[in-house]
Amino acid sequence: MEIDWSVVPGFLPQLAAGARVTILIALAGLVGGTILGLIAGLMRAYGGRVLNAIAFVYIELIRGTPIVVQVMFLYFAMPVLTGLRVDPMTAAILAIVVNAGAYIAEIVRGAFLSIPRGLTEAGLAMGLPHWKVLAHIVGPLAFRRLIPPLGNQFIVSLKDTSLFIVIGVGELTRTGQEIMASNFRAVEIWTAVAVIYLIMTGTLTAILRLIENRMRIL
Amino acid sequence: MSIIEFRKTSKHFGDLKVLDQVDLSIEQGEVVVLIGPSGSGKSTLLRCINGLEQITGGDLIVDGISVREGGRQLRRIRQEAGMVFQQFNLFPQMTALQNVAFGPRKVRGLGRAEAEAQALELLDKVGLKERAHHVPSALSGGQQQRVAIARALAVRPKVMLFDEPTSALDPELKQEVLTVMRQLAQEGMTMVVVTHEMSFARQVGTRLIFMEHGKISVDGNPVEVITNPPSERLKDFLQHVE
Ligand SMILES: Nc1ncnc2c1ncn2[C@@H]1O[C@H](COP(=O)(O)OP(=O)(O)O)[C@@H](O)[C@H]1O
Ligand SMILES: [Mg+2]
Repeated sequence: MEIDWSVVPGFLPQLAAGARVTILIALAGLVGGTILGLIAGLMRAYGGRVLNAIAFVYIELIRGTPIVVQVMFLYFAMPVLTGLRVDPMTAAILAIVVNAGAYIAEIVRGAFLSIPRGLTEAGLAMGLPHWKVLAHIVGPLAFRRLIPPLGNQFIVSLKDTSLFIVIGVGELTRTGQEIMASNFRAVEIWTAVAVIYLIMTGTLTAILRLIENRMRIL
Repeated sequence: MSIIEFRKTSKHFGDLKVLDQVDLSIEQGEVVVLIGPSGSGKSTLLRCINGLEQITGGDLIVDGISVREGGRQLRRIRQEAGMVFQQFNLFPQMTALQNVAFGPRKVRGLGRAEAEAQALELLDKVGLKERAHHVPSALSGGQQQRVAIARALAVRPKVMLFDEPTSALDPELKQEVLTVMRQLAQEGMTMVVVTHEMSFARQVGTRLIFMEHGKISVDGNPVEVITNPPSERLKDFLQHVE
């Protein structure tokens, strides 16, 4: 079969719809994952024994298992265990939330603990409660160190959404496969899919560069 | 009533005993200079006063409050006892002015304008009014330490604690910091100063304490103790630092 790029525009609306689903999963998942990661990371860094242990177990559970197994668990096993049925889209978003949350927790913990102890002591020595020291002194400094690894995780998670093909979410990769199944134009379709991913990750990278450049690294 | 009172205060790090049943009363207006070999417990003694280290035995009363109370009471103590660190520890993301205004704003709850007006006065006092809008990394070590002193003063403490405030500075920058400290002492500020600057001890100190192995081994008038050391080990120590 000859390669014929002219077939691509015909599939673009379908691919665009798939890309929208990918973006939706990634966006919702990463908002949730960032919040969860922030909480779990702070629990690891500053929590007492119990909070620290809870966060530790969560992070190690997620880091020690593949994301495909995690989403399968959420979609097929959770309903059996809890009686709560979720649709594929919700399972996909939840999978990104818990998965990215674990990695982001480690990023957050590392960034906060990398801020010199003396700055915390200077804040405490003024009579500030610890949470205010974290909010006004350590937090803003940690945030600057958070951006590069956080951006990296965002890109990883965005690409991880392609694995949700296993539970049948109509995201970009699955859309590509469906088109493929009907016309067998492998080169054209997968090239187009790859380019769309590149546009998404490239945009993300550009935004992160912009933020990094605008911040003084201290 | 003493402003600071150690009562058989001990501090352990695990099995290591760093303060060994210290008894010490410091009165308002005193300038106590703390000297002693490295590892003798000077920093720890200072850091117990504002609860940066928790005491493990005895009691320690600051301005009528026990450091053992913790929580809100401990924060009250910390507002009454400003601290200046060897490494300055200025907040790097803030200008000198913001550093000094930070305490009044976040601890005392002052509005920004009022806090910054007071901060500017304090920066003027330490001779750094024109540097108000510089970030710490744009200041020399001596200037950073003077900002740090202003920052501690901004919370309006009754006592100032200094932990080797000039040790990280080049010799030519030490004097500008010592000058500010001298001025503070003349204004009647109660001060506890860990330092090896013996000329400061002699000229400014009202009391000299020599620590060894977590204990106070000599406690007396600086001039008398330096000219006539009551122990061989103090004599040796003084020869080393001068
Ligand atoms: N956080 C800590 N954990 C364990 N040991 C410590 C800690 N801080 C200080 N020490 C030990 O306590 C002793 C006294 O330290 P320090 O008070 O800093 O002495 P100085 O200021 O007189 O040099 C030293 O042996 C030091 O190693
Ligand atoms: Mg020390």
